[in-house]
Amino acid sequence: MTFLAIRALRKQFGSLVAVNNVSMEVAAGECRAIIGPNGAGKTTFFNMISGYFRPSAGEIELDGQPITQLSVRGRVARGMARTFQITEVFPELSVRENLRIAAEVQQGLSLRPWVGRAARARVEAAIEASMARAGLVEKADRLVGELAHGDQRAVEIATALALQPRLLLLDEPTAGMGEQETYQVAALIRRLHRDHALTIVLIEHDMRVVFNLADRISVLDQGRLLAEGTPQQIADDPAVQAAYLGDAE
Amino acid sequence: MAPAARMRLLKLAVIWVVLLTAPYWSAPIGGYPALCSRVVILGMAAMAFNLLLGFTGIMSFGHAAFFGLGAYGAGLALKFATSSTILAIIAGVLLGTIAGALLGALVVRRRGVYFAMVTIAFGQIFYFIAFRWNTLTGGDDGLRGFARQPVGIGRWLLDIQHNDILFYDFVLVVLAVVAGLMGLLLQSPFGRTLLAIRENERRARFLGIAVDLHIWLAFVASCLFVACAGALYACLNNFADPTLFNYNMSGTIVIMAVLGGFRAFWGPMLGAAVFVVMQDYLSSMMQNWMWAVGLIFMAVVLFFPRGILGVLRRRASA
Repeated sequence: MTFLAIRALRKQFGSLVAVNNVSMEVAAGECRAIIGPNGAGKTTFFNMISGYFRPSAGEIELDGQPITQLSVRGRVARGMARTFQITEVFPELSVRENLRIAAEVQQGLSLRPWVGRAARARVEAAIEASMARAGLVEKADRLVGELAHGDQRAVEIATALALQPRLLLLDEPTAGMGEQETYQVAALIRRLHRDHALTIVLIEHDMRVVFNLADRISVLDQGRLLAEGTPQQIADDPAVQAAYLGDAE
Repeated sequence: MAPAARMRLLKLAVIWVVLLTAPYWSAPIGGYPALCSRVVILGMAAMAFNLLLGFTGIMSFGHAAFFGLGAYGAGLALKFATSSTILAIIAGVLLGTIAGALLGALVVRRRGVYFAMVTIAFGQIFYFIAFRWNTLTGGDDGLRGFARQPVGIGRWLLDIQHNDILFYDFVLVVLAVVAGLMGLLLQSPFGRTLLAIRENERRARFLGIAVDLHIWLAFVASCLFVACAGALYACLNNFADPTLFNYNMSGTIVIMAVLGGFRAFWGPMLGAAVFVVMQDYLSSMMQNWMWAVGLIFMAVVLFFPRGILGVLRRRASA
């Protein structure tokens, strides 16, 4: 069943067409990778899905409902969460506080000047669960700004997950990471995907990560959808090899 | 009790002992009750301003507007409407808060330097109104002809009108309420959401936080407490003049907060103490005392960007 449907999405900045007529259908529970050379329009495409940019044309549907005109907040309320290419966390707060903020937002407490005992207990439980899921329990009271890059990324992903999303958008989750950290983050994503039947769309440059995680891959090139298929189909596609894999490898 | 909580309680106890005994220990070094009241009132204003700068990450350069409205609101109420100091203060708070709510709605979408610029303009608008509306505000000469009145509690009548120490204690009671409310606010989910906005607005937005609404509410709360300080200030001096609205006043509030340490809850109070005492001493020695304040301020910003309390804290944790 299609969970995220994108129809003829287009974004134009002045005379530059960053995303040109891209359509895509992502099934519920699928892990979809979007790859493509720099400047292919991947992040712009992402920004339109998550509501950061309004598309110039086209439609986005989430779970059968049109969301093209919804604000970021409206999309979050419908179960969408995202991370960014450059890790976005609350650096001067501890891991626990980062997750507390997300849990309180998720439970609709963010405007409350006070909370009762029961609500507080629910928040605590949610924090513990998120930390356990992301392997952050030992670092609970460290300031996030002081953590290693891979751990900061894990905090960002855990924060997004604390919203209990149905669709998780990850923009280059292993960007700028070493071998070990890349492996850790990829393992975290795989675990989340497997255990929570989460629909994931991710942009990624590291081909080992992509081929490891993705059920299906979409290739963007110069704002257009070049190819789409299983990892094997993509690896064998001559057009993709010419445009992308051939140059990179 | 957890050691961190015990430490916090201890700190709070020290702060309040120092505040409560200030008129006595400061006397030998040239302090007097009215000066102590000045410090606490301006410190309250700086702490309220810091709700935005330190805990929401928003720079308002027009908080004099709401300080002044609190002062004029209380002054006018005492002059024309009531003989109750407390009702007058409530009038000042209401005036400042309503103005904060209306003007806040206009700026809440602006950020950074644009926010600062628009808020400066707010202060100047009220400055010129107070300056020109002679019949009501007394214009350039300021608002005179009112005096704070004794406050009755049950059978007792506290003569805060003539007893300066008693007035100082009254100011401390108000501070206790204001600081208590601000502290609760900052420790609530709402307060944490403000921290989230300070730390990373984009992340906050993509968590689904209604960022503009939260900033507006923080702005209104900040204006409420600043107006309360302004109302006390009018009661302290039995006088209010247009310079309260001036951007100099806004700047003073900013300087106090940054000087004392805007990441610490009580930092602005310390900044106010340093500022007011310097002003009191230096202005008796030279006319251009501001240059000395300016120099110290620059030194703090350049070398101790977290202010005096920030430095003390780092020492303590190192």
